[in-house]
Amino acid sequence: MSDAPIIELEGITKTFGTGAAAFQALKGVNLSIARGDFVAVMGPSGSGKSTTMNILGCLDTPTSGTFRFRGVEVQSLSRDQRSMLRRRYLGFVFQGFNLLARTSALENVELPLLYRGETKKARREAAERSLDKVGLLPWASHTPAELSGGQQQRVAIARALVTDPDVLLADEPTGNLDTERSVEIMELLSGLSETGITVLTVTHEEEMAAFARTIVHFRDGLVERSEAGARAGAEVRP
Amino acid sequence: MRLRMFGATLLLAFREIRRHLLRSFLTTLGIIIGVAAVITMVTLGRGLTADVQEDIAGLGSNVFIVFPESVEGRAPPPFEDDDIRAVERQIPGVVSAAGTAQAGATAFHNGQDWRTSVQGADPAFFAAQSIDVEEGRSFNAQEVESGEAVCILGTKVVDEIFVEGEVLGEQMRIGNVSCQVIGTVGERSSGGGGGGQDANDVVFMPLKTVQRRFTGSGNVQFFVVKYDDSYTNSSIQQQLIDLLRERRVIQEGEANDFNIVDTADINETVNNVTGTMTAVVTVIAAISLLVGGIGIMNIMLVSVTERTREIGIRLAIGALAKEVRMQFLTEAVVLCCFGGLLGILLALGLSMSLANAIDLPFLFDPVVNIVSFVFSAIMGVIFGYYPAHRASKLDPIDALRHE
Repeated sequence: MSDAPIIELEGITKTFGTGAAAFQALKGVNLSIARGDFVAVMGPSGSGKSTTMNILGCLDTPTSGTFRFRGVEVQSLSRDQRSMLRRRYLGFVFQGFNLLARTSALENVELPLLYRGETKKARREAAERSLDKVGLLPWASHTPAELSGGQQQRVAIARALVTDPDVLLADEPTGNLDTERSVEIMELLSGLSETGITVLTVTHEEEMAAFARTIVHFRDGLVERSEAGARAGAEVRP
Repeated sequence: MRLRMFGATLLLAFREIRRHLLRSFLTTLGIIIGVAAVITMVTLGRGLTADVQEDIAGLGSNVFIVFPESVEGRAPPPFEDDDIRAVERQIPGVVSAAGTAQAGATAFHNGQDWRTSVQGADPAFFAAQSIDVEEGRSFNAQEVESGEAVCILGTKVVDEIFVEGEVLGEQMRIGNVSCQVIGTVGERSSGGGGGGQDANDVVFMPLKTVQRRFTGSGNVQFFVVKYDDSYTNSSIQQQLIDLLRERRVIQEGEANDFNIVDTADINETVNNVTGTMTAVVTVIAAISLLVGGIGIMNIMLVSVTERTREIGIRLAIGALAKEVRMQFLTEAVVLCCFGGLLGILLALGLSMSLANAIDLPFLFDPVVNIVSFVFSAIMGVIFGYYPAHRASKLDPIDALRHE
């Protein structure tokens, strides 16, 4: 099991709209990601990296092709079944942080556990552990408005980690942060991948991509090339 | 696990409502008003019915009250003592019949005076009208027969002229008749004496005494007929009409110059009036509730739009469509329940103060309160479903992108 890639994309296409207005965002993406890898996805705007991330995050389904996640073919699952996959195996970090406003950091982190039906006590403990991992336990009772951008993103990472996910998907996690904060976040993600979590991140910046073990370049709806990052060691099949 | 989820959802709903307190309150106003209107009306209606029934009980049950009535402006002949005796003797089922005569008079005692009315009565009249002599005694046969100067006082008269000291056995003056107080009657609800005056503001004396010393004739102004409840009231009433037409020599085709009031009829009339009023208010309330419900739907749709991003986050981290739907549905139901609760409280205050203002008893009706509350909750489900459904159908990607 551990040898099999956790994520396999075969001939994934995605078309938005129909008829003359149809736009093919993905034109047959093949990608395989090993368990525990730290992958940076790069590419210009409109190259299909966000669409790919949405499919990988089980938020969207491909128009054609096969997406196997942990050996399960996701493209044939229902909306609710994909929700179940997300709540069990996936963690999300967004560019805009996407924390619930007027809700404390602790409660934001607890949220995914609520949908798992954990007890209040279990939720609290797990959320505190998770906040501790990102170094924000002292800020547990602060609302997003009372936190800096870097802190908010770390709360978002804590929220993604609280469920012990197999895969962490980060869509331009440093897009709204200055360089110093960005480096902190990337170091945090890098550290997480060391613990066995598969981390996928989309980024525009070479500097940030350098933290990854594998860098995948997208262009015009296809994977252009894959290369080993600064921390090589993962097998990638273009 | 479901329960835990529900508890958290409920908590979230409370928090959202608290966050928009004014908006929530204004939204639920339609429901508050609708619920309050129905409950207030039903409560007052119950009070009114109970009040009338008590008055009717004061008139006595299985009782007809017979008044002379003018026909085409001609004054009707008064009833005579013989008419009453005939009713009593000739109609099977009649237990007793007793006439009365009334006159205005001033009561004097020990320097106090009070304008009141003096009413002729005998024990049969008391029995028919359910008048109880509380202290002292009723008139005896001797006093009734010879029309002696004895009197029984209503509570109002006692209060007005007996400032202190013994009442029973006292000598007092009514108009220019000196009489001895032999009893007092218990407190009665208004309406028992007829004419809308205070039923307790009365001095009873034997009918003959009143006729001789006050009205100056042997006429009775109206009489009461008490009948056995094993007879139907329509058969007794028909025989009463036939007998009185015969005795008062009314030709066929001419109208009755008397009127028979049936206490059961009064009851029915009041019930009809109350029923109609309740129906009218219920229709108005239904419209108010409908408008209120649409308001709830509207604000829930606004809320869904405002919180599109939040919905996106929830969906992304793995909330199921039905969980999102449940969250918004719960919020709508909680909102409506608050409306219902406030409506109940408003109704409580309104019906208490209105009952007090128009002198009706306040009778809390748990059924209408519970039904109204449950109905409010159902409103939440009905009008909250569509917005909640819409929230649950949002695409997580679009929702996350929403500004």
